[in-house]
Amino acid sequence: MFKTFSRQKQYDTMFDIGNYLFLTIIMIVTLYPFLNVLAISLNQSLDTVRGGIYIWPRQFTFENYLEIFKYDDLITGFVNSASRTVIGTILGVLSSAMVAFTLSRADFQGRKAISTIIVLTMYFSGGLIPGYMLIRDLGMINTFWVYLIPGMVNAFNIIIVRSFMDGLPYSLQESAKIDGANDFTIFWRIILPLCKPVLATVALFVAVGHWNSWFDTYLYNSQNPALTTLQYELMKILQNTSMGSVNANDMRGMTQDQASQFVSPESIKMAITVVTVVPILAVYPFVQKYFVQGMTIGAVKS
Amino acid sequence: MKTVTRMSGQSGLEGELSDSLAVEPKRKKAGFWKVFKQQKYLYMMSIPFVLLVIIFNYLPLWGWSMAFQSYKPGIPFWEQEWVGFQHFIQLFSDERFYLVLRNTLAMSLMSLAIGFVFPILFAVLLNEVRLSIFKRTVQTITYLPHFVSWVVVAGIVTKMLSIDGGIINELLIGLGIVDKPVQFMAKGEYFWSIVVVSDLWKEMGWNAIIFLAAIAGIDPQLYEAAKVDGAGRWRRIWHVTLPGIRPTILVLLILSIGHLTSIGFEKQFLLGNSLVVDYSEVLDLYALNYGIGLGRFSYGTAIGIFNSVVSIILLFLANGIFKRFGNQSVM
Repeated sequence: MFKTFSRQKQYDTMFDIGNYLFLTIIMIVTLYPFLNVLAISLNQSLDTVRGGIYIWPRQFTFENYLEIFKYDDLITGFVNSASRTVIGTILGVLSSAMVAFTLSRADFQGRKAISTIIVLTMYFSGGLIPGYMLIRDLGMINTFWVYLIPGMVNAFNIIIVRSFMDGLPYSLQESAKIDGANDFTIFWRIILPLCKPVLATVALFVAVGHWNSWFDTYLYNSQNPALTTLQYELMKILQNTSMGSVNANDMRGMTQDQASQFVSPESIKMAITVVTVVPILAVYPFVQKYFVQGMTIGAVKS
Repeated sequence: MKTVTRMSGQSGLEGELSDSLAVEPKRKKAGFWKVFKQQKYLYMMSIPFVLLVIIFNYLPLWGWSMAFQSYKPGIPFWEQEWVGFQHFIQLFSDERFYLVLRNTLAMSLMSLAIGFVFPILFAVLLNEVRLSIFKRTVQTITYLPHFVSWVVVAGIVTKMLSIDGGIINELLIGLGIVDKPVQFMAKGEYFWSIVVVSDLWKEMGWNAIIFLAAIAGIDPQLYEAAKVDGAGRWRRIWHVTLPGIRPTILVLLILSIGHLTSIGFEKQFLLGNSLVVDYSEVLDLYALNYGIGLGRFSYGTAIGIFNSVVSIILLFLANGIFKRFGNQSVM
């Protein structure tokens, strides 16, 4: 009896060692590419060509980052991406919260119809071409609006916020109502401040979506360089040199100023990549405990 | 805004909305308009957004009519020439279509098999970790790629697989598996695997969240009971953890099957290139190339409709099968 028990224990220890090892490997596999990109972006570009840069720069420099500022389109893209992220997130979060609030009110007579209309959108889509034709017919091509309006109301986000609101006691609203507050005041003054955790989650999802999107620029606004986005510019640069020779002059999105022939596009590509990833890195770990909650609610409800 | 209201009126969906709204007051005879007035703020806070949803999610369905027309831009709807199923017949007689369908299904099925099993495995193993700081670190790190755009991931993947200095090739050569660097990105036969593995790398940690939550919901007494009965780690995983998350697994599986043909095109668009196009082109890209690239809107719409119809059939099929055999359904 004692023997089998100890063998079991031994076996469990082996399992633990194997498990920790496996998960450590997963972490390394996940992190290495990011560290590699960072190291190359901080390494002197000519030296990088010699190879052998892994997770630490050999000849440390910031010149690759300074080089980015020479590309006008990238600066425009950065400004546009940042603007759409800020404005789009505010619009997205507020609209989700408002719709969710009305749907969380059992006494709201439009509740069932509106809820159905919104939930159904998760199960179908009109498809690429009809969507494109609609945007075109609405005259939204080559406008900044196309970044903000079509994707503003999102069923998934509404469901997440609503599940959270359903958990708040209704007595809060009732007492406010007795004090003479209207529905909007109740929403703005009482419900919204209580929803901070879930709003943080939704804000993260929406912000990441805006920051990372490139396809709408490609599809709708590629004719207008003033409306370009950072991800779209990065896409053009990466796509153009991903195959064959690495020739800086081939790269669209670069200005004529190619004086700096010593900076290889490879290093710049990595520097731009770091610039696009860092804002997200800076935010998401802080919201982690909220979004795990949010994800779970959303998935269970849908 | 003027255009917006006009268009939503045209769709007839607005009518549907007010119809279904009108159903409510019949039950409570309090008088629809009286309640409407009382709840005017609630309406003001929802109707504008409902209109946006109708315009941008429902109105495109109206565009499906294009697939049955020889659609020419700039002509009013009633003057368009109707051609019946001509575009569908043309689609089914195009050899390229079958190639594209093969690619779509191949990558979907591979993603379903690999991208579904690994997050479950990962969640189960993570759940066995007792050291909470280690567990949290693993989670934070594996969520990271989910938040990074496909543009960046495609760049990273291309870099890791490159022939000059890509870590994968260096490892393969270092371990003596190959003699010279493999041109991963230029060989069609590798493309499907590259897409599936990149997707796994990006989403495994994130997709595990839901399973971790499901595991957390299992009654701890079950583990205690299993322990008393002498069950080791593997047996506890097999007899307690996995059965405990079975409902979650089945629901997500049904939903994934429903999305088989709509796997998106971002990865294929960004990772693909002219050398591997016979393996990288999926239905959405095919629709995009024809529909917008060549201006054949009707044909592109027909491809999209085919895609949606297959999705719906698969969803119902999967739902029906699991309902019968697993007492589990999403609808």
